[in-house]
Amino acid sequence: MRSFSYSRPSALDEACQGAESVRFLAGGTNLIDLMKSDVERPAHVVDIKSLPMRDITDRPDGGLRLGALVTNADTAAHPLVTGRYPLLASAILAGASPQIRNMATNGGNLNQRTRCHYFYDPAMACNKRSPGTGCAARGGRNRIMAVLGTSDACIATFPSDMCIALAALNATVNLHGPQGERTVSVRDYHRLPGDTPWRDNVLQPGEIVTAIDLPPAPFGPHHTYLKIRDRQSFAFAIVSVAVGLQMEDGRIRRGSIALGGVGTKPWCVPEAEALLNGQPPSHSLFRDVAERLLHGAVADRDNAAKIRLAPRVIERALWQAAVGTPQSQTDKAIR
Amino acid sequence: MNVISTHIGQPVSRIDGVAKVTGQAKYAAEPHPPGMLYGVVVNSPIARGRIETIHDAEARQIPGVIEIMTHLNRPHAALFEKSYMDGLGVPGAPYRPLHDGEIHFNGQPVAVVFAETFEAAREAAMLVRVDYERWPHNANFEVALHQKYMPSKTRSNYVPPKPRGDAAAAYALSAVKTEGRYHLAPEHHNPMEMHATTVIVEDDGTFTVWDKTQGPQAVQAYLASALSLSKDQVRVRNPYVGGAFGSGLRAVYNVFLATLAAKMLKRAVRVTLTRPQMFTHAFRPEAVMDIALGASRDGTLQSMIVKGVTDTSRFEHNMENIVIWGLINYRCPNATADYKVAPRDTYTSSDMRAPGAATGVNLLEMAIDEMAYACGMDPLAFRLHNYSDIDAMHDMPLTSKALRDAMAQGAQHFGWHDRSMIPGSMRDGRELVGWGMATGIWDAMFSPTSARARLGQDGRLHIATAASDIGTGTYTILAQTAAEAFGMPLDRIDIELGDSALPECPTEGGSWTAASAGAAVWLACHSLRTKLFAALARCKNAPSWARQDSVKLEGGALHGMNENAQDSLSLSDALSLTGQDVLEAEETAKPGLRGKISQMRKARFTHSAVFCEVRVDPELGTVRVTRLVNAVAAGRIMNPKTAASQIRGAMVMATGMALHEDSLMDERVGQFMNHNFAEYHIPAHADIPDMDVLFVNEHDDEVSPLGVKGVGEIGMCGTAAAIANAIFHATGRRERNLPITLGA
Ligand SMILES: Cc1cc2nc3c(=O)[nH]c(=O)nc-3n(C[C@H](O)[C@H](O)[C@H](O)COP(=O)(O)OP(=O)(O)OC[C@H]3O[C@@H](n4cnc5c(N)ncnc54)[C@H](O)[C@@H]3O)c2cc1C
Ligand code: SF4
Repeated sequence: MRSFSYSRPSALDEACQGAESVRFLAGGTNLIDLMKSDVERPAHVVDIKSLPMRDITDRPDGGLRLGALVTNADTAAHPLVTGRYPLLASAILAGASPQIRNMATNGGNLNQRTRCHYFYDPAMACNKRSPGTGCAARGGRNRIMAVLGTSDACIATFPSDMCIALAALNATVNLHGPQGERTVSVRDYHRLPGDTPWRDNVLQPGEIVTAIDLPPAPFGPHHTYLKIRDRQSFAFAIVSVAVGLQMEDGRIRRGSIALGGVGTKPWCVPEAEALLNGQPPSHSLFRDVAERLLHGAVADRDNAAKIRLAPRVIERALWQAAVGTPQSQTDKAIR
Repeated sequence: MNVISTHIGQPVSRIDGVAKVTGQAKYAAEPHPPGMLYGVVVNSPIARGRIETIHDAEARQIPGVIEIMTHLNRPHAALFEKSYMDGLGVPGAPYRPLHDGEIHFNGQPVAVVFAETFEAAREAAMLVRVDYERWPHNANFEVALHQKYMPSKTRSNYVPPKPRGDAAAAYALSAVKTEGRYHLAPEHHNPMEMHATTVIVEDDGTFTVWDKTQGPQAVQAYLASALSLSKDQVRVRNPYVGGAFGSGLRAVYNVFLATLAAKMLKRAVRVTLTRPQMFTHAFRPEAVMDIALGASRDGTLQSMIVKGVTDTSRFEHNMENIVIWGLINYRCPNATADYKVAPRDTYTSSDMRAPGAATGVNLLEMAIDEMAYACGMDPLAFRLHNYSDIDAMHDMPLTSKALRDAMAQGAQHFGWHDRSMIPGSMRDGRELVGWGMATGIWDAMFSPTSARARLGQDGRLHIATAASDIGTGTYTILAQTAAEAFGMPLDRIDIELGDSALPECPTEGGSWTAASAGAAVWLACHSLRTKLFAALARCKNAPSWARQDSVKLEGGALHGMNENAQDSLSLSDALSLTGQDVLEAEETAKPGLRGKISQMRKARFTHSAVFCEVRVDPELGTVRVTRLVNAVAAGRIMNPKTAASQIRGAMVMATGMALHEDSLMDERVGQFMNHNFAEYHIPAHADIPDMDVLFVNEHDDEVSPLGVKGVGEIGMCGTAAAIANAIFHATGRRERNLPITLGA
């Protein structure tokens, strides 16, 4: 790790001074690792753990506001979350390990960086880490890389589980920056790599995530977070699917679905979701939805299996949600 | 040796457990001598080439940096490769750290930064820039296979396959044939504790080297030779080792670099590797095996043709015994095998838990399962039908082989007889259920070992040998052995291990420590007893009953017998009477106390039968191991608790081999890319079901003096195959590549 200066402000404006070389430190489970690997080299670290933003509160519309500094563990265990957003609790519990979830914060989870092996290794060409150096992952060992939303410049997967559920729940990110406050839909928060893969999301220098707002989720038991990975816990997703279905008289009134593990950002396709609206659950419908979601997927050297696997995971998740039997995160059998 | 057991064979908890969980146990990176410098290694990112320039000016600016050691400024070290030979006996030209500017493998150390704080050393290490001239390299195993060869000088423990009959002709005539290429990915040992060395420069200029190793005396010899020192200038200590699995069999570069720097800087230094650096040295070689089997319709094996290749570096010829196991363990009249190594520009592959057999037994047992199915036979029945009571390759009798019992008891415990033969025929909801089995075999080795027993004024028994407890429970079983042999309660015994200055003991490996060090301790304790009795007999002022033959040593005190049954004497009093401060005996155990002849004429192996249940989601390809039963025949079990832990640990590791562990080589740079615990997957708790370990009764007086065979590695052998075979039974699909990962 390289030397850096450090501050721990207690007021929001003090934290948001804004410069490219500043990093916010929350739980540190990602940032500190990256600094130790010499990937992140901030000149200044602003420790935000003394800021407010540590509550989960009711919203007038029946939704919830999740403070950016609430830990992943506390969020997943909060009665308002388990009661109203079991999909979110489930996705959080599908990720990392209890120890990491105890440290990790909601804001940090949203801003965590890719697990691309080449990104983590400063000796390798990586446009995300060192703009313009190239992308060593292409043609390399890229079994874990993305198949959707990739570009010539970068094929890195966005690795979060929590954010996949947030995307299916149509959550909104609240930002505070030198220019004031703004909100961005979670679905628009992360960026496609294009030819500027070093920018993971729309956050501007000095801008901080203060909270995540969840609109009401009228799914009842018709939701699931289904995560397929290389071992049964403590591994990032190879493919994951978050689904919420609003069911009415055996038909899907409205469906919401997001994919993890396969995209360079939480992967949502509104046209695919629209296919669900007003339809009764059926194999052919779910196959069509999967096909639409995977449209345009491209594999590189090692990751074609994701393209074969994803439609089956999507179909299974849609059935779990339709039938109202969400995936358990403790019983590892997939029903 | 006739052992009546009050201590041996008891499920005693680890005597070093409390020291470990309270932080009292000191590991290699924990001594903190005054003035110690922290060393951080800079590794080469290229696989082959030459260092052109090292830019270290910026790094030297970091406050606290004392020295940056490279091939240009290092002090003298031995010139010739042969001085860097270590105990493992890998033929070739060993790598010489910081010898010159030539790069032989990705991850090779090119510089070590020494600073007053770890943070400064690490920051400076990040600032060292090196220009390289890049040379072409090959790190691709498939390409290396085209250059496979048989080394002209073989590794000392290499067992050449011995053909019998005419395998090719018998294969051609066989009614039932199977043939396939099986593959195992490279794996890394990944013990919890990182490799580390702390070197203390003593006042007399000698070095005390705390190193994470499996062999303190081997490292001492290596350092003395490579650094042109005499052996009494280096003492190597490793009282506690946080796992190693073979990664500590050879001297890892940190110990050489740390000692070299201590010599250069005349200061204490510590060099610790990072997890990614744990992927820059030893690994289990990648392997392919082409296995062709022929049988008659009744399921009698007629022919076995096994060809295997493992990878090695370009500079050393690492060899493994992967092709022999089927030839030894099955009665098959015609059999032949061939073994080669394939060179690539990486560091040299090395021994990892059950080297050779973990690869060779598991891949062969997958092929045996295929053949059983091709013959339409139950896999257990097929193995029994082709069972060999002798070492069929050397046509030699065995000291013991209770594998039949292991198969029967394992099958019974598992409920194997309720299995349906047809693949894909057992279901539970959406999941297909599969039951698979395999057998395991591993050497039962013995190495000459010395131990010392000493009785002190405090009435405690002190045992010392240069063995290493790499987490296996050696402290505990040696204490049990001493307690049994001397007649002493466990809590009055001190065991001292892990120090090159102690009586000679070979490097911990091959599961021989329990048998070998155990026997040495047994002998030393007996000899000490005899000495004590003799001293008392000579002693005028000792009570008369204690001067006779009819005295016994029990529960840590001397007792009279018959009419003197009421009399007793504490050990410290007894020692005082003899007028000595301490009484001491050192003994060396050699193979075959019962006569070397039987050793020569009989082969010695440990065996096991493993049964596994998996559940596979046929659409998603997810595999869950839901039951594992391992029945082990390993001679006398010194401590069923620590022994079962060894088997269970190996079964976890073998589950990793079957389903998870896969070091991903990027051939373009010659580097393993998933070099950390987030991306190199070892099984998590959720991947491991309840595991049942059974030890079957196996009385074997010949295998080793105490009838012990060792249990550190046998759990690896067969378990991965049982899982793969269960997956076949669940799905009807044969996966011939390990690990079997998603999307396979
Ligand atoms: C071994 C391992 C396994 C893991 N497995 C999983 C998994 O399976 N699934 C999964 O989803 N995640 C997994 N994670 C990732 C984990 O969820 C993230 O590391 C964690 O959520 C990050 O939160 P943090 O508070 O520790 O962030 P930090 O490390 O403190 O910060 C991460 C980034 O976010 C920025 N940041 C933090 N808070 C804010 C804010 N309020 N506003 C703006 N920027 C901010 C920081 O500047 C930094 O760039 C794993 C991590 C590890 C180490
Ligand atoms: S995929 Fe993206 S993160 Fe990975 S090496 Fe390429 S540019 Fe870097």
